Amino acid sequence: MTTVRYADVEVGTELPEQTYRVRRSDLVRYAGASGDFNPIHWSDRVAREVGLPGVIAHGMFTMAQAGRLITDWVGDPGAIVEYGVRFSAPVVVPDDDKGTELVVGGTVTKKLDDNQVVVTITARCAGAKVLARSTAVVRLA
Amino acid sequence: MAINPDYLGRVYELPEPYEVTRVKIREFADAICDPNPLYRDPDRAREAGYADVIAPPTFPIILGMEGAGQAVADPELGLDFSRVVHGDQRFRYSRPLQAGDRVTCRTTITGIKALGGNEMLTLDSDIATVSGEHVVTSVNMLVVRGAEPAGK
Repeated sequence: MTTVRYADVEVGTELPEQTYRVRRSDLVRYAGASGDFNPIHWSDRVAREVGLPGVIAHGMFTMAQAGRLITDWVGDPGAIVEYGVRFSAPVVVPDDDKGTELVVGGTVTKKLDDNQVVVTITARCAGAKVLARSTAVVRLA
Repeated sequence: MAINPDYLGRVYELPEPYEVTRVKIREFADAICDPNPLYRDPDRAREAGYADVIAPPTFPIILGMEGAGQAVADPELGLDFSRVVHGDQRFRYSRPLQAGDRVTCRTTITGIKALGGNEMLTLDSDIATVSGEHVVTSVNMLVVRGAEPAGK
């Protein structure tokens, strides 16, 4: 099922960059599905009270979008051996119909044994790096 | 309000096994806007070598949240949930969760530290089937933001 062959991948191979839109309604739906009802993800009042610029996306929503870059590339989500991110800046989601945009990219940065590679992931929103030190270890065909 | 350092090493277990269902996987996949058929179509999942539909890689956070939720709800821990933001998240997989799995989740507080006016709480959640097969480990670092954010 994994469509990417280890032999075809080199250090420096880039995954196709993707742009994902994030709206308030996405956060409401994600809150319900994940069970994370922290009000900073739906209430501007609470978000500002704790010093945030406004409602921010769940970090896990951003991580899920970045993960999709990997799973869409590799074909089989079960090929991911390890996946870790650091949330380095908040994704502020305005209360309008447009929301904001996440731009996600990835580069193969290491080839390991056992057909595994390390993909380093980048994610930007409104010019800020919202993920740092983010990598996935993926087992290829 | 400071996190109680005596809670380092504290363990939280789910009161009963969590049952992974097709409906919940689909709901989660819809919520992350991911149309992958392996999250929805049992036939496609079987063709790919799985017993049933599989869950997206970040789905195990639901179980990690249950463990974190128990810790967060513990008044003696002293955590102010509205000041919590997610710092780091890591998953180590033996395989994807799939519909039909009945799993346990054991969450351990593995780190409590203060840094620059903020506090950090690390929670390790081991997710295994009821028969003891490891599925995934989730390592979740939460940041409790100080009452007066830096720069203000």
